[in-house]
Amino acid sequence: MSLIRLEGVTRSVPLPDAPALTILNGVDLTVDVGDHVSIVGRSGSGKSTLLNMLGLLDSPTTGEMYFDDAPVASLSSAVRDRTRGRDVGFIFQQFNLLAGRTALENVTTPLLYSTGREFWKRSTIAAEMLDRVGLGSRMTTMPEKLSGGEQQRVAIARALVRRPRLILADEPTGALDVETGETVMALLDDVARNSGAALVTITHDPNVAALADRHYRLERGTLTLVTEELVR
Amino acid sequence: MNRVLPALVGAIAEAWAELRIHRTRVLLSLIGVAVAVCALTTVVGLGAVAEQSQRETTERNSGRPATLSLNAYDPVSGATPTVAQLRDAYSTALERYDIQYSSFTAYTNLRVQFAGGVRDVQSIATDVDYGTMRRVQMLEGRWFGEDDRNRLAPAMIVNSSFLRELGLPGLTGNPTVLLPAAQDTTAVLIGVTPDQYDGEPPAAYILIDAYERVLGPGSLDQSFPSFETWVPPEIADQLTERLRGDLAAALPGDMQVDVNRQDYAQFGEDPFLPLKLLVGGVAALVLLLGALGLVNISLVTVRQRIREIGVRRSFGATAGRVFFAVMMESIVATFAAGVIGVLAAVAIVKSPWVTDFLGQGVTELPPFPVSAAILGLGASLAVGALAGLLPALVAVRVKVIDAIRY
Ligand SMILES: Nc1ncnc2c1ncn2[C@@H]1O[C@H](COP(=O)(O)OP(=O)(O)OP(=O)(O)O)[C@@H](O)[C@H]1O
Ligand SMILES: [Mg+2]
Repeated sequence: MSLIRLEGVTRSVPLPDAPALTILNGVDLTVDVGDHVSIVGRSGSGKSTLLNMLGLLDSPTTGEMYFDDAPVASLSSAVRDRTRGRDVGFIFQQFNLLAGRTALENVTTPLLYSTGREFWKRSTIAAEMLDRVGLGSRMTTMPEKLSGGEQQRVAIARALVRRPRLILADEPTGALDVETGETVMALLDDVARNSGAALVTITHDPNVAALADRHYRLERGTLTLVTEELVR
Repeated sequence: MNRVLPALVGAIAEAWAELRIHRTRVLLSLIGVAVAVCALTTVVGLGAVAEQSQRETTERNSGRPATLSLNAYDPVSGATPTVAQLRDAYSTALERYDIQYSSFTAYTNLRVQFAGGVRDVQSIATDVDYGTMRRVQMLEGRWFGEDDRNRLAPAMIVNSSFLRELGLPGLTGNPTVLLPAAQDTTAVLIGVTPDQYDGEPPAAYILIDAYERVLGPGSLDQSFPSFETWVPPEIADQLTERLRGDLAAALPGDMQVDVNRQDYAQFGEDPFLPLKLLVGGVAALVLLLGALGLVNISLVTVRQRIREIGVRRSFGATAGRVFFAVMMESIVATFAAGVIGVLAAVAIVKSPWVTDFLGQGVTELPPFPVSAAILGLGASLAVGALAGLLPALVAVRVKVIDAIRY
């Protein structure tokens, strides 16, 4: 059973006064629990579009997409939202932390959309998660007062706090210097492995890509698997 | 469902956090709402208090809706029936139509022994029901009860001025007063009413039964006592016709019976309606302006928060949840402003300055009307929902992908 599966997926957007723009073209991709996948590609090649699709934020124009073997097209938007909240964790290049809220409140946010123990014990759970990314002493600090690396660690804690089965990182080290980027990426790779979640990382950085087990290249909307040698 | 409670609590928690973060902005925008709610509640509260006190004054003078007054006379000779004849005729009719409240009332004079000599005191000889029918207010003591009709020493209720004239500070010690007549009688004072105006001369109430015992049977026949009944307004018209016929038949001779409605509500429409409409209209306008300001500010804010909304959606917030949370922010905020506005309104209406002005020293003012407070809170909730609707719709339509793109 696959976690998420794309079969011949295309994504195109209509443009005014021009033929439709095809962003993704015949993409086949299967991600299983525990997979670590990297995707590289030029700017504008469709990487973010693909990642949004994996996170159920976008839908294919044609082709099939399955989440837990269920066709995504058949899910209502509310079910998609809840599935995303439960099973998917996003990490963005610009961190996208909520301003004016402490690190702890930021990590608590996804738990607000949960139920049961996760909801009622959200502060405790979020605090534990922040501790795991090494920010146990910065709980009440506002994101603006944190360094880039620290902010991305808060974002990682936020993405992982609901123990998602799929972590989607869109250039997670893009806004960090090389050294900080490596530490943050090592941390992300580590927590993902510990929780057994699948990790899909979009990156420009070969060192970051090297941490993954499987490597893809996206070129003008076409996804191809690349071998170890080619990445180097 | 175990999803509902977390969703509700979560949305309120989110709304609260959002309000806390933007407290300055929220506070500023809410001042308008609080002021508007305060204005609305104050005018409605003042209106209700004023209306109530005016209504009570009116009812004291002409009866509560519907009060029917009955008079009988011989159109040829102009003779009137005796009190005893009237009582007989009326009591049959009252029983037949199951009328609960009725009273004979005669305006007459009583001779009273004061320290400075014997004086005539304006008196109302009436029945037990009169107290309820005319909302007679007691300063001290009580109104007549059924038991008072047969007591040996007649009970009397007097005004403050009467009591002062007697040189008494109050009712302690069961004060009595001498009523000189063919046979002197000692009356017991059981209650005190406030003076109707400054400098009102001494006045008294006495039960008809007692009056006739003091001054002899038939002593009221020459003071043309009027008979009043207090009936449900719905049946007043019907009853008027019936009573007219029944009473004419029951009285001896060829008596003509007039039955007239005399309370203020007899003209059908509420005499306070224009005032109410004016006050309500102004208040609604003020509130509308407050709401517009709020909509404006919420719309600007929600546009600034598109990225935040996108981030929340990417972490599992459904569209419904986002709508609810944004709406909730507005409602929680305006409700808080509404509570403050209502409290301020109560403080204003109950302030000594306003109370003095409204009360004019005569009556005790009714408490702050609950309906006005509920109206104020309801209006603040409605304004919150209304002002939250537009931003919430904008928030729901945020395209997540565009919102989180950089
Ligand atoms: N809704 C849309 N309407 C029009 N064009 C779009 C839309 N969404 C994406 N595109 C275009 O599709 C292409 C792919 O966009 P996408 O964001 O996936 O690229 P990317 O690979 O993530 O690029 P980058 O590395 O710069 O982030 C871009 O040329 C973009 O302008
Ligand atoms: Mg991108």
